Amino acid sequence: MLKIVHYINQFFANVGGEEMAHIPAEVREGVVGPGLAFQQAFKGEAEIVATIVCGDSYFNENMDEAKSTVIKMVKEYQPDLFIAGPAFNAGRYGVACGTIAQAVKDELNIPVLTGMYAENPGADMFKNTIYIVSTKNSAAGMRDAVKKMAPLALKLAKGEKIGASAEEGYMPNGKRVNFFEKDRGSKRAVKMLLAKLADKEFETELPMPDFDRVAPNPAVKDITKAKIALVTSGGIVPKGNPDHIESSNASKYGKYDIDGVMDLTEETYQTAHGGYDPVYANLDADRVLPVDVLREFEKEGKIGSLHRYYYSTVGNGTAVKNAKGFAAEYAKELKADGVDAVILTST
Amino acid sequence: MVKEIERAGIPVVHMCTIVPISLTVGANRIVPTIAIPHPLGNPALSLEEERDIRRNLLTRALKALETEVTDQTVFEK
Repeated sequence: MLKIVHYINQFFANVGGEEMAHIPAEVREGVVGPGLAFQQAFKGEAEIVATIVCGDSYFNENMDEAKSTVIKMVKEYQPDLFIAGPAFNAGRYGVACGTIAQAVKDELNIPVLTGMYAENPGADMFKNTIYIVSTKNSAAGMRDAVKKMAPLALKLAKGEKIGASAEEGYMPNGKRVNFFEKDRGSKRAVKMLLAKLADKEFETELPMPDFDRVAPNPAVKDITKAKIALVTSGGIVPKGNPDHIESSNASKYGKYDIDGVMDLTEETYQTAHGGYDPVYANLDADRVLPVDVLREFEKEGKIGSLHRYYYSTVGNGTAVKNAKGFAAEYAKELKADGVDAVILTST
Repeated sequence: MVKEIERAGIPVVHMCTIVPISLTVGANRIVPTIAIPHPLGNPALSLEEERDIRRNLLTRALKALETEVTDQTVFEK
């Protein structure tokens, strides 16, 4: 029987939510949480011999230490395969799954597999070097994820040849393999053209790479004269969250007047973010949106001024398209208001 | 969001704890911070010590904004 070690976070292990995201890695014998669905899908061909549980914040804040601890744990079991996740659209979990799977592959030379949503930051970071199955954006897609991941997992564990990304369900990794098409190129091209002309769906054989990079702007010439604006994805809002910004999958952002506000206090500000333990930000929101110190800097002449408004949204599973739209909109306002530079904080 | 602000022509510094994510999304000036739930603070310290940390990190952020860069740069110090 093939042996598999599975990596999951505190949430899927039922240890707890954000308040337990700080727990270090621990190993449990056998199956935990989503491993059960995998085990069933393996139909007796493979067994999850151990499950490693680690808090998402712990992993991301202590990456080197977490990596070496988990690698030691995996090594003990000498598995045929290492599975991490699936992480869906949970950012820290996706980065943890990708990082640890990559490390296990590199250091232990064991095949690895993970799964996540295409917009998870972990996907762009690792899809070219490890197999990442594309999943839905929430844990409601678990069944679908297991259905796609389990057959690929068995193939990898057995050392079988892995087919193209479109057949196996993993994210394209940029590798090209020569093969013979049934139809010759001219025929395929004409077919594609006809479909395009008829407004029908067609699939290009040569997708253009998506390099969306923006070159850095020139530095601020004299920061002591500059108008600085604060922006955050950490969800800091006036107490009561007047715009009802969602705790995840935010569909909007807020613009808040901080004229005369010297310090963010427990009574006046809070976070709306549902993707990290809110206790510290709720006690003192300056820990995420540093208004207090920027006011000091303003007084000391270290900066020209702090812009009258700050912009805030919740970066928690928020669609890239939305975040892009928010920022494109408020960046225009910032520009029009004569803001010279922005400090953007993220949790 | 960092990229859209940069695209609008405003220099921007991204202060965050998970630097690899910031690099992936394409921030150009990055200042690593303390921890995910409190990037610019540390509840384990006294309020004064916390404020010192915040001042140091923001001083670094201002330095980043004053520094010409041609590529993604992480301001560790």
